[in-house]
Amino acid sequence: MNPLAVIGHVTLEFLAQTGRLSRFTASSVSHSFLPPIYLRLIMRQMLAIGWFSLPVVGLTALFTGMVLALQIYIGSARFNAESAVASIVVIGITRELGPVLGGLMVAGRVASALAAEIGTMRVTEQIDALTTLSTNPFKYLVAPRIIAATLTLPLLILIADIIGVMGGYLIGTHKLGFNSGTYLKNTFDFMETVDVVSGLVKAAVFGFIVALMGCYHGFHSKGGAQGVGKATTDAVVWSSILILTADYFITELFFAGK
Amino acid sequence: MSETVSTAVPKIAMRDVQKRFGSKVVLDGLTLDVPRGQSVVVIGGSGTGKSVMLKCVLGLLKPEKGSIKVDGDEVIGMSPKDREKVLRKFGMLFQGSALFDSLKVWENVAFGLIQGRGMDRGAAKKVALDKLAQVGLNADVGNLSPAELSGGMQKRVALARAIAAEPEIIFFDEPTTGLDPIMADVINDLIKACVQRLGATTLSITHDMASARKIADRVAMIYKGKIVWEGAVAEVDHSGNDYVDQFINGRADGPIRMEVRRA
Ligand SMILES: Nc1ncnc2c1ncn2[C@@H]1O[C@H](COP(=O)(O)OP(=O)(O)OP(=O)(O)O)[C@@H](O)[C@H]1O
Ligand SMILES: [Mg+2]
Repeated sequence: MNPLAVIGHVTLEFLAQTGRLSRFTASSVSHSFLPPIYLRLIMRQMLAIGWFSLPVVGLTALFTGMVLALQIYIGSARFNAESAVASIVVIGITRELGPVLGGLMVAGRVASALAAEIGTMRVTEQIDALTTLSTNPFKYLVAPRIIAATLTLPLLILIADIIGVMGGYLIGTHKLGFNSGTYLKNTFDFMETVDVVSGLVKAAVFGFIVALMGCYHGFHSKGGAQGVGKATTDAVVWSSILILTADYFITELFFAGK
Repeated sequence: MSETVSTAVPKIAMRDVQKRFGSKVVLDGLTLDVPRGQSVVVIGGSGTGKSVMLKCVLGLLKPEKGSIKVDGDEVIGMSPKDREKVLRKFGMLFQGSALFDSLKVWENVAFGLIQGRGMDRGAAKKVALDKLAQVGLNADVGNLSPAELSGGMQKRVALARAIAAEPEIIFFDEPTTGLDPIMADVINDLIKACVQRLGATTLSITHDMASARKIADRVAMIYKGKIVWEGAVAEVDHSGNDYVDQFINGRADGPIRMEVRRA
């Protein structure tokens, strides 16, 4: 094949894909705000997305906090700054590792589940059936999932932050020989509101990304079980990439505001 | 095709509809009228575009060319708001049933009443159980999930769902496929009742000639994305059309060539 033709084809495909995603996002967002809002469906999704992600995200945070304390201790011992462990752990967890690792775990768990569920509904014509029963699939399927994910992720990550800091505290006091009172004092003295807030803003954005990618890829899946499999993979891969990209830009935004 | 030509606006009027997927042309200038209050049955080989035709009318697929009017209003390129209004007139039985697997059977049947028309759950459940009874399924089945049903039972649930809101226009995509002959006849009677009692307009697809003869006022034959014959059901046996003759007699030889290799 002619290389120019290939480039042209890829470019066109990319533009078409981008256009489709933009339209999908616009519809999703507008249907999330316009009535009717299905509260029951939102509650159910909050349970599925938030509550059931708690064990995974909690464990991730716990071990991240623990390992962070160890690593920071090793690093800071090189210039006799061991007392910084507590404050670096809390900043690391709240600003960065809590939301990002939590977000990635949720991407693996939730984006895949959403894509598989909605993808199956697409290929078995259930989405077409919704439309013929006077129910807008954006309203009924997409909006509740996006609202639920965007609202619950900050809550989930707040809990993860607490568990992560606790993990650091456990290692700090039991293994590294810090005094419990000093460790906690160092934790809270140096922590600023913006550390937590920026992390929670990230969490909300990541929640939106995960639900959007899950729904988008599910919605546009085609061709039976194989198509649904591909949609699931794409949803996880793209939500992970977008989470890391968004992470940088949100960080820069808060950084610039400093 | 000699009967009185009605001057009234047909319920559904398709003109020169073309639909393709990539380079594959599926509907190739299809023209068909569905008169108000009548039952039209479309027959034709597998893969000739019958299901695609229904989906084009419902706006689930967008034709490249042509015109589709419902009650005189053009529906191709209609705004989503207007489309939603038009869709309220329709009930659709999907070929693959397309039941919502996350909901119970009765919730499936009641779905259009609850979500679409805002009926309260108690009242909608009563209607749903009544419709289920009409397709030969008892109240116990109502509390199962669709995955727990046989294929034929799923089809009947889907049928109950399509007629639950008593729409003006009902599409049946192979309503009797996968049913035993007795149940098939029960369903035929039910479809007839929809037209006669409720005054609905129906467009059905079937391979089952017994069913077609029973439920149809008019029959149309589709071949390669076009309607090649259309007429009253009584004329179907002496249509003088080779395609129709071959189809209703189920002969392998004739103008319709199946794309298979012969041994
Ligand atoms: N979404 C789609 N993408 C690509 N091709 C499609 C799609 N839907 C249908 N087709 C093609 O359109 C043609 C007609 O399909 P359709 O489902 O309308 O057949 P049918 O007449 O209903 O057949 P059957 O009696 O077997 O149900 C088929 O050849 C099919 O390959
Ligand atoms: Mg079909």
